[in-house]
Amino acid sequence: MVLPTNLEHIASAAELNETIKNHPNVMVCCGRMGPMCIPVYGVMEELQEEYTHIAFRDMAFDSPEAAAIRNLPECRSFMGLPFTVYFKDGKVAAATSSIQSRDQITTILDREFGQSN
Amino acid sequence: MESKHYNSIIIGAGPAGLTAGIYLSRARATTLILDSGVAGGQMILSHEIANYPGFESISGYELSSRMKKQAKNFGCDIMSGISIVEIDFESSIKSLRLSNGKKFTADTIILATGGRSRNLGVAGEDIFKGRGISYCATCDGDFFTGKEIAVVGGGNTALEEAVSLTKYATKVTLIHMLDSFQGFQHEQDEALKNPKIEIRLNSRITAFNGKDGLESVNVENLVTHEQYELNLDGVFVFIGYEANTDFLKGRCIKLNERNEIVVDSQMQTNVSGVFAAGDANAKRYRQITLATADGTIAALNAMDYINKLKTNALQVV
Repeated sequence: MVLPTNLEHIASAAELNETIKNHPNVMVCCGRMGPMCIPVYGVMEELQEEYTHIAFRDMAFDSPEAAAIRNLPECRSFMGLPFTVYFKDGKVAAATSSIQSRDQITTILDREFGQSN
Repeated sequence: MESKHYNSIIIGAGPAGLTAGIYLSRARATTLILDSGVAGGQMILSHEIANYPGFESISGYELSSRMKKQAKNFGCDIMSGISIVEIDFESSIKSLRLSNGKKFTADTIILATGGRSRNLGVAGEDIFKGRGISYCATCDGDFFTGKEIAVVGGGNTALEEAVSLTKYATKVTLIHMLDSFQGFQHEQDEALKNPKIEIRLNSRITAFNGKDGLESVNVENLVTHEQYELNLDGVFVFIGYEANTDFLKGRCIKLNERNEIVVDSQMQTNVSGVFAAGDANAKRYRQITLATADGTIAALNAMDYINKLKTNALQVV
């Protein structure tokens, strides 16, 4: 189960673990194709050309495998899609709930992973 | 810093801006589209569009991707995620500067800045967004299964979504500032007869409270000025849209009392060489088809303006 976006997809918890193991900087947006989620995918699509040191991925929220994101302690109080999680060296560095603007996203990326080259 | 010149700069990459970009770049006018967010505008937020001719059903995401690709294929430059900090639209050569220092000039400007959902602007709203405050019932409704929530607003969307959210919530309090609802009568009837919905008119939320998530709101009765706290788990906000014209306020472009851009039937603003198209314009109906029509008219008139400039320049030479 994957989302019809132009991003690289994560389809399973194993793939998620593999991605955060192989990339020091990972941003995963876990959502549906809804009005709060699509703008975040759009921003990620554009940022991946600029922030080449970060792996941008999406994951389908309704997939049972997405429990790996949904059940993170950092997402415990989240009540709005998408759940967006930033992994630094395999650990959760930041997490947000609901729609985020480009400025909000780049603020987190710059703070946690360093600015684009 | 040196600036780059275009025949036309379009501000906004929704259906109006992208359509104008397609027409202008196809007519070999050098064209730049600037957008503060991502291409697609409000259109990108639609799950399914079933009334855009030629597509029985298409997502807003897909339609905006196609429009963007079409504009790029004709040679249109598109820059997203930009912020405009300085404009001069009154001179014969229009100019603008972005927050990153880049400066652009153009013969014509097309304003296609669209609209956005209105926020309440109340203390705590940003903190609890996604932690109890939502702007999309279909996205987040199921997080509130078995919980008590409020819906803010009095139009068709607020009434419809309040009824829809009773599928999940045990109680929905409908909070509206005015003394009556503005939605259609049948929408009001549906909400009023629903036993899970409680109505509070002449009321507004003045604060959101909680720790990790939303736990309560402060409400003020606007008639009696009574203030009280309402315990609940979520608030859905549906209080309409507003035009993205903040950067035009107090400038040369004429806006109406709702800060929408005033244009004539040719999408011409009060400033020569500056056109406007789409949802930011003062108008009654806001639809993708109408935005594309506006974009077409604005582009054709901008092209006419550019051609006249060229003719005049040749005469001068």
